[in-house]
Amino acid sequence: MDKVTYDIKGLSFGYSETCVLNDLDLTFEPGTLTAIVGPNGSGKSTLLDLMSGHHAPTAGTVHICGKSVSSYNPVELARLTALVPQEFDFNFPFTVREAVLMGRHPHIPRFSHPSAHDMALVDMAMKMTDIALLGDRILAELSGGEKQRTIFARALAQDTPALLLDEPTSSMDICHALKSMTELKRLTREKQRTVVTILHDLNLAAGFCDRIVMLKHGRIHAWGNATETITAEAISNVFGVHANVINTATGLHISYGIKERP
Amino acid sequence: MTAVPRIRTARAGLMITLLALVLGGLVVITTSMGFIPISPGETLGVMWDGLRGAANLSDQLHQSIILEVRLPRILTAVSVGFGLAVAGTVFQGLLLNPLADPFTLGVSSGAAFGAALALLLGLTFLGPPTLCAMAFMGAVATLFAVITMSGRDSELSPTNLILSGVIVSAILSAGLSLIKYLADDRVSVIVFWLMGSFVSRTWYDALLTTVTGLSGFAICLYFARDLNIMSLGSRSAKSLGVDTGRVRLILLLTASLISAMCVSVSGIIGFVGLIIPHLMRFVVGPDNRWLLPASGLGGAILLLLADTLTRAVLPHEVPIGVLTALIGGPMFCWIFSRTRSGRHRG
Repeated sequence: MDKVTYDIKGLSFGYSETCVLNDLDLTFEPGTLTAIVGPNGSGKSTLLDLMSGHHAPTAGTVHICGKSVSSYNPVELARLTALVPQEFDFNFPFTVREAVLMGRHPHIPRFSHPSAHDMALVDMAMKMTDIALLGDRILAELSGGEKQRTIFARALAQDTPALLLDEPTSSMDICHALKSMTELKRLTREKQRTVVTILHDLNLAAGFCDRIVMLKHGRIHAWGNATETITAEAISNVFGVHANVINTATGLHISYGIKERP
Repeated sequence: MTAVPRIRTARAGLMITLLALVLGGLVVITTSMGFIPISPGETLGVMWDGLRGAANLSDQLHQSIILEVRLPRILTAVSVGFGLAVAGTVFQGLLLNPLADPFTLGVSSGAAFGAALALLLGLTFLGPPTLCAMAFMGAVATLFAVITMSGRDSELSPTNLILSGVIVSAILSAGLSLIKYLADDRVSVIVFWLMGSFVSRTWYDALLTTVTGLSGFAICLYFARDLNIMSLGSRSAKSLGVDTGRVRLILLLTASLISAMCVSVSGIIGFVGLIIPHLMRFVVGPDNRWLLPASGLGGAILLLLADTLTRAVLPHEVPIGVLTALIGGPMFCWIFSRTRSGRHRG
């Protein structure tokens, strides 16, 4: 299977009493790069958790290629979708290369050694994220952005038709954030990948993503392309900040400021 | 291009071969040490004959000392050391905590409680293996109590496991004190057993621990790569296709079984499961596929040396649990301060 479509219908989720997501209907198609934006606590990460099968929905369904996420066994699922989590632990002194190679885990049979193809994908992913020179370093000793690039490289090495990312660029410098977004865009264009990423930077979302899902209090506030969704009014409604959105030949440019107290 | 992992792998392979050779050599040398010294050459000859089942022409006394007294004890010490270190490595990997070992989860305390209960009540319903059975039941009951306490959903979080383990251990150690208090004239038996000893181990003990240790080790090795991935945290591990809940349960049970067998045969021997995995992580790296065998061999060597020290070198037999804690404790402090002051290597 080299193309993956996500179908989300009537999706709700809550922890004991609080409702985090409320009746979402969404579709993520191959060849599209979708950004999920919204304020803290609007349910973005929970949506990704439900899509990756980490949590089970309280109501509604998440289907991958027409089958419920929970009906896949872990290895099957790991061959379809890769995850870049927001938080990551490194508890033992693994090197950067070893950590990236872990992305090949679902593809390498037990007791087998990584093939030349596996190593080639690892090298490519490390080159893409500019960590080729850090290969022998201990992961725990790297900077935050370098760790994040390693996790990104691990997901690229997993080489799955779908990619879910939770704020993948939050600790990266501008250059690497742009490079990562460019790579995601290339994957959707050239390989028809389905990419869904949570972003806080609306300029990155507007500049790179085909579709934008704006969440507020666990509901979809807007869903469409950048010019439809990212408007001064929507930003004011959802984030509660004053925004200036300028539509230029190079795309949307957004600047914001705290609203003056009346 | 792939030079680094290969160098690390080659070094790890070399280290493991080296450890195995050292262990083999030490078994021969330590078997010839003791109250009646026997030359290593003769020891080797007797072992070889014993293995072939051939009639031996050499000294009958030496033969029976080696085959019936020293070898069972030495092989028991070796496999207990092996088992404790393997279990320690698995617990550290599962609980994502470098301080974890069979004690952290209360498994050792549970086994000790079960065995002490058997000693107190003079239980012999299964004959000699009663102690093992009671220790194992104690360990499993403790493990299930700990798992039930810590797992609200199918996910067993490391922090919850450790917290529940510490609480259950505290309760059990109070229970153990109560048993000692109630034991009156039996108290010395229980106390001495708890301190750990390999005195007068039989072939039965040696066989039991070897079989449990090796089969447990095989199961752990089967899941070694999953254990590596699980060090990334359960969300990442799941997204890489590891069934974290299932692997954690299987490995917890296996490591607990190994620990329970070790405790039932030799009493509580601390620090082996804690220090050895740390030490070996410096040498062969964190990859469990290499770390598990290296730790097992390292643990076997350490416990063999400690047991030989108390058996053949010191003027009086010191309980081995006391000895390992006396040597291991300061050694752990040293490793710990070195790790903290040097590079942060987990």
